[in-house]
Amino acid sequence: MPTTPSPSPVAAPGAWARFFDGDVWFSFRHSPTAIIAAVIAALCLICSVFAPWVSPHNPFDLATLNLSDARLPPAWQDGGRRTYLLGTDDQGRDLLSALFYGARLSLAVGFASVLLSLVVGVGLGLLSGFVGGKVDAFIMRVCDVMLSFPSILVALLINGVARAMFPNAQDSLALGVLILAIALTGWVQYARTVRGSTLVERNKEYVQAARVIGVAPLRIMVRHVLPNVMGPVMVLATIQVAAAILTEATLSFLGVGVPPTSPSLGTLIRVGNDFLFSGEWWITIFPGLMLVLIALSVNLLGDWLRDALNPRLR
Amino acid sequence: MTQPLLEVKNLRVEFPTRRGTLLALDDISFDIAPGEILGVVGESGAGKSLTGAAIIGLLEPPGRIAGGEIRLAGQRIDNLPYEQMRAIRGRKIGAIFQDPLTSLNPLYTIGRQLTETILTHLPMSPSQARRRAIELLQETGIPAAAQRIDQYPHQFSGGMRQRVVIALALAADPQLIVADEPTTALDVSIQAQIISLLKRLCKDHGAAVMLVTHDMGVIAETCDRVAVLYAGRVAEIGPVGDVIHRPSHPYTHGLMGSIPAMDEDRERLLQIDGAMPRLNAIPQGCAYNPRCPQVMPRCREARPELLDAGATRAACWLVNPNRVAA
Amino acid sequence: MTTLVAPLVQVRDLAKTFDVSAPWLNRVIERTPRQFVHAVDGVSFSIERGKTLALVGESGCGKSTVARLLVGLLQPTRGDVQFDGQATDAARHAGQLRQLRRRMQMIFQDPYASLNPRWKVLDIVGEPLREHGLAPTAEVLRAKVSDLLLQVGLAAADGEKFPHQFSGGQRQRISIARALATQPEFLVCDEPTSALDVSVQAQVLNIMKDLQRSRGLTYLFISHNLAVVRHVADQVGVMYLGRLVELADKAELFGHPRHPYTRMLLDAIPDIHMSGRARTPVQGEVPNPLNPPTGCAFHPRCPHANARCSAERPVLTMFQGVQVACHAVQEGRL
Repeated sequence: MPTTPSPSPVAAPGAWARFFDGDVWFSFRHSPTAIIAAVIAALCLICSVFAPWVSPHNPFDLATLNLSDARLPPAWQDGGRRTYLLGTDDQGRDLLSALFYGARLSLAVGFASVLLSLVVGVGLGLLSGFVGGKVDAFIMRVCDVMLSFPSILVALLINGVARAMFPNAQDSLALGVLILAIALTGWVQYARTVRGSTLVERNKEYVQAARVIGVAPLRIMVRHVLPNVMGPVMVLATIQVAAAILTEATLSFLGVGVPPTSPSLGTLIRVGNDFLFSGEWWITIFPGLMLVLIALSVNLLGDWLRDALNPRLR
Repeated sequence: MTQPLLEVKNLRVEFPTRRGTLLALDDISFDIAPGEILGVVGESGAGKSLTGAAIIGLLEPPGRIAGGEIRLAGQRIDNLPYEQMRAIRGRKIGAIFQDPLTSLNPLYTIGRQLTETILTHLPMSPSQARRRAIELLQETGIPAAAQRIDQYPHQFSGGMRQRVVIALALAADPQLIVADEPTTALDVSIQAQIISLLKRLCKDHGAAVMLVTHDMGVIAETCDRVAVLYAGRVAEIGPVGDVIHRPSHPYTHGLMGSIPAMDEDRERLLQIDGAMPRLNAIPQGCAYNPRCPQVMPRCREARPELLDAGATRAACWLVNPNRVAA
Repeated sequence: MTTLVAPLVQVRDLAKTFDVSAPWLNRVIERTPRQFVHAVDGVSFSIERGKTLALVGESGCGKSTVARLLVGLLQPTRGDVQFDGQATDAARHAGQLRQLRRRMQMIFQDPYASLNPRWKVLDIVGEPLREHGLAPTAEVLRAKVSDLLLQVGLAAADGEKFPHQFSGGQRQRISIARALATQPEFLVCDEPTSALDVSVQAQVLNIMKDLQRSRGLTYLFISHNLAVVRHVADQVGVMYLGRLVELADKAELFGHPRHPYTRMLLDAIPDIHMSGRARTPVQGEVPNPLNPPTGCAFHPRCPHANARCSAERPVLTMFQGVQVACHAVQEGRL
């Protein structure tokens, strides 16, 4: 039997070794934008995850708040104090700590809602593309309808309904409703993208080969098609995290987001808005800057990922 | 001895990649006489399409010409600036590509595409250009050319579209036509039509043709001479009958033997073990040595040049084992 | 020569029609009728055990559709397929489709799309084994897959690699290994070497012939390349616009082609050995399948067509030992 000579019989490299040897990591190493964005995003992530250990104060602990320390300017200005590096807000909360805790909340809501919309969107998109026919038509019409509503309005609607249904709700329920509201505005993108990719993959010979072997359709969908359509989904998810955080901030700014006792960045911005014209700019500007930093770095990472994963640009 | 129309001398094309520079064409040399049809044949990865692209000046970056020269009617064309090359492309060199669907712009009528090409290169009025376009379409066998000239590419079938592409290539009366796999995407019966059309028109217009393909049957029917490429190098070059029936290079011999024949029954096809080496793993010495059934120690050390082997020239030490490497 | 053993595969009046009409709303507004493509229009043939039937034709003739109908990727509009005496339709209703799938497999044309790029070769070749319960443990799976890879000329260690690390010819061998995993009796090969270089094609064709001999496989070989068909087939069927126009033993078809289309096809093959034979130029192109000609589908391009050919569709009948669907041949005009 003729044998094609294989390279030396070394064990095949593991998944990590393959990743670091791959084009994606190479593109990352050579893109200053991606590296800086990743560093900033990582810093924000670390600060928010480890907020209790990193912050000088605990802004959510009402017992430690000192109202006489309210509205102090940042440390480098007259009247500022070293313990309150970026100043305090109207309740005496240290702004730096509030930034970390607020970012933590914003990031948590952002990731959770993206995860939820990913699961729903990818699932529906796969189903739609794979089954086709009336199911596909129905799901796509639902998508069209959802896209015709501004996402903020949808979130407001869901929030309003939830509040009316559960007037004495706990804070955690409010958070859950918020995540649900944001997720429901975002799943459509995933569904459409995945449906398009699924339609392409469905006609490829490896799917037909699986059908000839006799594999059940559900199994083909999950084990064959899904791994091949996840690429664009990853890019979308990264960019959607930023969008979700901004949506949450907007909702909190409007007062229908997170409960007021645990302010997110959006709440802080709203609170500070009232004091902007009396010259106490730091209460709004610093949370605003933090929000911009997170959204920008995540967006830049998403842009880089999309270009890195695009085989034509390599 | 007439001066050759196209001279390619020691052409080298390389691709800088992040893993190092890959040499895709390594020291390719051949000539095309005026009015001659030269076939460039090879398997995928041999570099035949790249050769065509380098000559037309349409190498995709990061690929670039790293050495050697290309001369058209004595004038160097590989180092010309973009604008000068653009004037030559179309006027002196015409191109036919594989996929007629993507060679034509779907948004413009074929009449517009033809007249645009004619007007760019020849001093004519628009009505003269249109008349010439209709003539060309009639020459390529498109029925009712005067009406169909205003139709769009999608209204033509595959074979018809390829005829339009041939008409486009001949529009400015070029001296050389580079055809890259012109019949591969077509059905067998249409292939035969297009091949005979190409042959006839090129003889009528006096254009030389460089026909790049992997199909030896097409080469046998169309070409006067043929060059066999392997791993970016010329393995053998000579008159088509000699290369096909009396090959000197073991690769050419293996290639001919692996083609199923229409006139005899064989139990097993002649088989060349292994595969063409990847660009980043080209063996030392002769690129074919790992697969060659007649390999000698010398083949692994020194790379053979094109040596005279009777009617053809082959890059193989078997031809003249005592020749000292240059 | 008739055999007393029933053929392994028997196809009778197989047909498949695709509905390519515009969406309902468009049809209502533009008042266009429904449109159908008769991709396969009444095809009948049989394949004996251990033999190879090749179906040849140009694009749009329906040969790939026949292949997919046979393995169950498409359901026929009409006609039936019998495998080893059992109708596949009945098997589907009786829930025995699974056993049937073990016994017939398919090899596809595109070596790059027929393997899942995200799966290891071990999983790809082992999938049929897992699916049909032929590999109870991971060790058994690995052993069987290694054995299969060796049989197609690859190394056992190749199981750990991914498809993109292989060349086109090697990928096609992996496809063959996967198709052989359940030890099928019948293989449908849809242009398995069309996308491969000539020297690689020779390797794959040789392997396929060796495997046929050693395992007694039956092949349905789809191709547009008559030279390849000549090398592998025992019987050849020529298709045109969804119909079989000629069905004969290889020697008969290539030695004495009867149908005008077969003659045209054979004439159109470039003559690599340059025997200098005169070639009759070919007329016209394959018509639009949405609007096939009346009567005999080939009559617009046929130099021997008469009035009967444009009105009455010829039936595939036995004539001098071969099956031909042509009025001119049956009337003795040819």
